[in-house]
Amino acid sequence: MSALDNARMAPRIGLSEEQAQLLDIAESFCRDKSPVDKVRALIEEEGGFDDAVWREIAELGWLGIGVPENYGGIGLGMGELVPLVEHMGRSLMNTPFVPTVLAAQALLRGGSEAQKEEFLPKLAAGSAASLAVCEDHADWNLENLTAAATRRNGKLVLSGKKYLVLHAAASDIVLASVALDGQAALIIIPADALEGRMTREKIIDDTQRAYALDLDGMALDEDHLLPMEMAADTLAHIEQMASLLLAADMCGGAFACIDYTLDYLKTRKQFGKLIGSYQSLKHTMVDAHQLYEKARSHLYSAAHVFGEQGEGEMAVHMAKAEAGEAFSFAADRAIQFHGGFGFTYDCDAQLYRRRAIMGCALHGDTRYHRRKIAELMF
Amino acid sequence: MADFDQQELTEFTEAAAAWFKENTPHDVDFMLPLTFMEVGTDQQFNFLRDWQNKVYEAGYLGAHWPKEYGGGGRHRAFQDAATKIMAQERTPIMLNAIGLNWTGPLLIDRGSEDEKQKYIKGILSAETIWCQGFSEPEHGSDLGNAQTRAVKDGDEYIINGSKIWTTQGNYADYMILLARTNPDAENKYKGLSFFLAPMKNSGVETVPIKKLTGEYGFTQTFFTDARIPANCLMGNEGEGWLIAMQTLEYERGARSGQAGGHVMMMADPTDILGLAREAKLNGRPAIEDPAVQEELVALMTEARALGLNSRRDKIQPLAQDRPMSLALGSKLSSTDFYQRLNAFAISLQGTRAAYYVGDDSAHDNGIWQRGYLNSFSATIGGGTSQIQRNIIGEHVLGLPKS
Repeated sequence: MSALDNARMAPRIGLSEEQAQLLDIAESFCRDKSPVDKVRALIEEEGGFDDAVWREIAELGWLGIGVPENYGGIGLGMGELVPLVEHMGRSLMNTPFVPTVLAAQALLRGGSEAQKEEFLPKLAAGSAASLAVCEDHADWNLENLTAAATRRNGKLVLSGKKYLVLHAAASDIVLASVALDGQAALIIIPADALEGRMTREKIIDDTQRAYALDLDGMALDEDHLLPMEMAADTLAHIEQMASLLLAADMCGGAFACIDYTLDYLKTRKQFGKLIGSYQSLKHTMVDAHQLYEKARSHLYSAAHVFGEQGEGEMAVHMAKAEAGEAFSFAADRAIQFHGGFGFTYDCDAQLYRRRAIMGCALHGDTRYHRRKIAELMF
Repeated sequence: MADFDQQELTEFTEAAAAWFKENTPHDVDFMLPLTFMEVGTDQQFNFLRDWQNKVYEAGYLGAHWPKEYGGGGRHRAFQDAATKIMAQERTPIMLNAIGLNWTGPLLIDRGSEDEKQKYIKGILSAETIWCQGFSEPEHGSDLGNAQTRAVKDGDEYIINGSKIWTTQGNYADYMILLARTNPDAENKYKGLSFFLAPMKNSGVETVPIKKLTGEYGFTQTFFTDARIPANCLMGNEGEGWLIAMQTLEYERGARSGQAGGHVMMMADPTDILGLAREAKLNGRPAIEDPAVQEELVALMTEARALGLNSRRDKIQPLAQDRPMSLALGSKLSSTDFYQRLNAFAISLQGTRAAYYVGDDSAHDNGIWQRGYLNSFSATIGGGTSQIQRNIIGEHVLGLPKS
């Protein structure tokens, strides 16, 4: 079936019982564990996340949701992660959750049996991990690789740098993409190999942590390499998964940011009236809300059909494109509508706006994903 | 409503598909209205009335309405199936839209036994055509301020005043009429009453309004000492606002119960793909232009979101953050979307964008130009998009009144 036929078909949406339960649990968990004063306190700390919360997340079993039972997980799908990440986005929560589940899913998709057996039970139990797939060329195409590996004396010797590796400092392993013999490859870098090679990056979103990794001269055993024949497919899968979860985070952010702004519009008076009674603000908030609702429908549609050939990919591109647009618009207006206060660091609007920019910068912005849809469709 | 037999539904759906394939007229030699608001000639009116009657007689309209009043007495899933086929087959629209979508469900939900017996069958068969008298010339979106007067005189009411944007007013047999029975009520809303008012009556005059498209479809309706029986009052005096608001919920899709069948033939967003392939911009098919592609993708993405929104609204855990949000937002988002879609379609046509219905050079006989101009009926009628934003801002987002 062509992508065009897919476009003609009525788009599908649904919610599993597990998703509904997780939506409930995540809502109260994230609200309790990540109030905004805590988010702000964590900004000041080097690691950027609360280790106790991270351990609780592991104990709740959330890290094993997408990991099959024979590797120590629960064996559900990516769709079940969406409600969790959505509520993390609503609470501006930041832990190594997303990079860890992405690394686990990438290993599940493209790792050897031995690698899966060694690492997946650990990642499902609370060992953090991350992906190193961004480079200095700033290209979203994950197959554009300048970092490389060459075989020398029975070892794989790496060269180049990787950027925007989230929570690398907390990770026990990092899954890095490199070119090997002119082809894309993925390689497992253990934490001890990264010692002295990690630099914290100054990123726009103060609630997150990203690091640059210097791979030059790093030598790893051959068994760290994921089977080459699956590498390109795994990279494509990484883009899909990351886009879905970023869409979830941004949808959550858009909702919270609209809510935050509405509170202000309902209490702030100017010229003797609550500013929310002025139509220039009210109508714009409605527009932001409508964009958010559309983005959320795309999000749960993408969660529902994730992994289906054609339809699944298109739904993810749409979800990421729309979530980025909705969050960016809502957060941009949030700053503006807070007036002078909006221009201060104390106003939370900037936290949302920065997170929206970060969310679009990783794995493609709205224009990029629309281009991908155009390629599928026309 | 009780459960239904899946097998029976399957058979019904197959029979409906076959019936519409067989009976949908294709060789109409005049332009059919794309929406119920565009019925401008007797030829169009008579054709559509016959068509609706035929569909009803075949059992594909009001299939889920109560049998005792003329409906099919089936589960709603049956009508939904038939409606879907009509949209897919792009059959002519159902004519009696106000009756089918607003008056009918209103009567079923809160009408008296007499009212149901008297009106519902005629609504389905198109024997009695209904129109709506809410808006007034001086109070477009401010319905609560309606000034048309209804004064009780024995067993009659005397109506004076004027209503505007009466769809099919010149053809209608009845009007759902919002009129002021008590100008001294404690507030403007409590002075209003709701009538099922006969139109073919002395003292009622309809004057067709020429629309921006150059066509007809609406009238202004003048009441000059028009006498209607007192039992035309629906409910009690002073309940007019309440009933009108309920009616608007059917109109805005926030309440269900409509008889089914489509009353608007919306451009399918994928139709525009055909146009983008065919239309030339700077000598090349418009679809090859990357800027066109991006805009087209955005529109198709939005079209999917509208469909997804209404499905998500039925998934409770995904629709509870802000109750009524998706239902109240659908009118605003869909009418605004179709307007931009039509405008975009015109923008793909190069110099041909200049042509209109009736010229051989017009693309697709000018449907996009005409559709764009007509799209304003939906962004203005039934509460303008600006009023919708007030409603959503206040009732969904909880912002203070403007």
